[in-house]
Amino acid sequence: MTDTTFDRLGPRGWVTEKVFLGMPLGAYLRSLVTSGNLLVALILVPGIPAVVYRFVYGIGAVSNLTQANPWGLWIGLDVMSGVALAAGGFTIATLVHVLGLRDYQPIVRPAILTGFLGYLFVVIGLTADLGRPWNLPVPMVYSFGTGSVMFEVGWCVALYLTVLALEFSPAAFEWLGLRKLRAWALKLTLALTILGLCLSTLHQSSLGALFLMMPHRVHPLWYSGFVPIFFFVSAIAAGIAMVIVESALSHRAFAGRVAPGSHERLDRITLGLARAGALVLFAYFFLRLQGLVDSGRFDLLNTGYGYWFLFELIGFVLVPAVLFGLASRQRRARLARWVAGWTVIGIVVNRLNLSVITFNWNSPERYVPSATEILISVTIITIGVMTFRWIVNRMPVLADDPAFPPAH
Amino acid sequence: MDVSRRTFFKIAGVAGAAGIAGQPAKAEAASLAVSQAPAVLVDATRCIGCRGCEAACAEANGLPGPVAPGDEAVFEARRQTGVGAYTVVNRYAHPKAEEGYRFVKTQCMHCADPACASACLAKALEKTAAGPVVYHPDRCLGCRYCMVACQFDVPKFEFEKASPFVRKCSFCAERQAQGLPPACTSVCPTGALQFGRRGELLEEARTRIYQNPGTYVRHIYGEHEAGGTNWLYISDVPFDRMGFRTDLGTTSPPELTRTALAAVPVVLTLWPPLLMGLYTWTQRSRAAAAQSRSGAGAGHRQASRQGGEEASHD
Repeated sequence: MTDTTFDRLGPRGWVTEKVFLGMPLGAYLRSLVTSGNLLVALILVPGIPAVVYRFVYGIGAVSNLTQANPWGLWIGLDVMSGVALAAGGFTIATLVHVLGLRDYQPIVRPAILTGFLGYLFVVIGLTADLGRPWNLPVPMVYSFGTGSVMFEVGWCVALYLTVLALEFSPAAFEWLGLRKLRAWALKLTLALTILGLCLSTLHQSSLGALFLMMPHRVHPLWYSGFVPIFFFVSAIAAGIAMVIVESALSHRAFAGRVAPGSHERLDRITLGLARAGALVLFAYFFLRLQGLVDSGRFDLLNTGYGYWFLFELIGFVLVPAVLFGLASRQRRARLARWVAGWTVIGIVVNRLNLSVITFNWNSPERYVPSATEILISVTIITIGVMTFRWIVNRMPVLADDPAFPPAH
Repeated sequence: MDVSRRTFFKIAGVAGAAGIAGQPAKAEAASLAVSQAPAVLVDATRCIGCRGCEAACAEANGLPGPVAPGDEAVFEARRQTGVGAYTVVNRYAHPKAEEGYRFVKTQCMHCADPACASACLAKALEKTAAGPVVYHPDRCLGCRYCMVACQFDVPKFEFEKASPFVRKCSFCAERQAQGLPPACTSVCPTGALQFGRRGELLEEARTRIYQNPGTYVRHIYGEHEAGGTNWLYISDVPFDRMGFRTDLGTTSPPELTRTALAAVPVVLTLWPPLLMGLYTWTQRSRAAAAQSRSGAGAGHRQASRQGGEEASHD
């Protein structure tokens, strides 16, 4: 494998070019002093010691988790919501590579990268929540709990993380100038996309299936035999909304790295995604209605939890469905972006409703996350966003590398 | 009668393939195993709240002794099992004041088809063939799905440790393997805890309920709850007034996830051919569209661009 860039620049030049963005070390370090990085520092300076503290002194030392409430924010936000919001990867890859909607080609790489880092940091976040994370290989290597939904989730997430890494690898190989590896990785595109959709169908729904065994904990308005289907369909909505939000933020934050004229193109893509989002959210809304009818617990609607349920169902599902449709019809990309942000919040609220907010609704002991739990979650998300930024600033993600013909 | 029955079996034997006959035989074997499983009958009318079982449990499991032995004050607040106490006895006021108090011992119920074992992705919790539900600490990831899956809030987690384990009653599986009864049942002075085979204990429970009319609630808690448990309770006070959950239903918890798990092979078999079909169809319709456009002479530039894309894809 010949690396022409490396031969041309030599080791020092290569590091300057590829890692320090072509600047001498001093200039690169000075370029890092920005208001954004100050905010990052404000989070990480207490955040990283908090993570260390958790591993040295145990989960009980930093969290409000108890014997009665053993699952909390880390499961609800870092895992349940994180996986749903990382669904953009398989959604967009399927649109482009299987359904052949090539207008969406420019957002494939950012979506795959968001998905890859999303899953990577779900796994990293999970190690904070797991009491014995060093035993993660046990169900992978020798003790297979095949009757467990968690086993399916674990295997699918591990395999899909690998799939996402391979799907993103052409961008990394372009960055490193490894042409043969890139060509080889590109050949896998269709197979990886199909495998990714299979694995995502399975584990997105299985995260919901985890709750099937807990009718004694999940509030009856949220408990349903259809929860796996709700999770899968809403993950597609979350993926679409997340891609809209992420591409809008990227185009603002990395204005210098996007191709000229791509703003108009992104508006068109956003409006197309908004239409898809409207369809999926409408389908999701009616599925949830069926779940309500199936449970037959209309009596519970006139309670505190009932109002919260209706607020979620109407405010976070029906309203964004209508507004996405409106934005798409009236060609209002800005509106579509705000609705996408609202949808993302709504899916997080849904995952938190099942795993935290209404979980153990009939128990007198309520769980509220501790400040340290929130800090550790925010720290992990922050490192994830920084990794995204580091990669986008170096690899051809938002725009094609002129040295390489467009993939496909 | 006899002849007709024999004839029926003959017909069934001829008509029914091995598969048909196999199913009921299997189910019968399973129910036999359940009725032969080691079990305990707890009679709340006999318990005097001495907490000797707590002490015996602590000793057998190398746990710190029970809090304040012999002190009635521990009954003031309802206690839960914990990482240092796999069984606790709680006191409940009898609805009739003159009857005083009733006591209930709690510990792992050792379900026939346990939620915790089905929840565990690493088989750290396992329903053994002998009956007890046991924990293999070396396999545990500490995900705590067992804790939330358990309807009886039994598994407990060492939140205060950097290298934590799940803790719960093992039904003294090792003692049972040596032919000994569980530690708690071996010390009960009043016969409130009776160790035996599940089928026999159910008979015993029914006998006590029928032979003492008006004394017991006509229900054996654990016979059907959550698919059946190997700890069975009878009482003269309604179970919901003694800290038992009476809303659990009779479905065994793993049954609730069976359909979801059955979807795995379906998805893995149906998605790939379906998606590959869709892919072929979209490729073909794209090529057809490009051809018709270039044939009509219109949109030539676009068609050639798409043709170029096809080439680069290959």
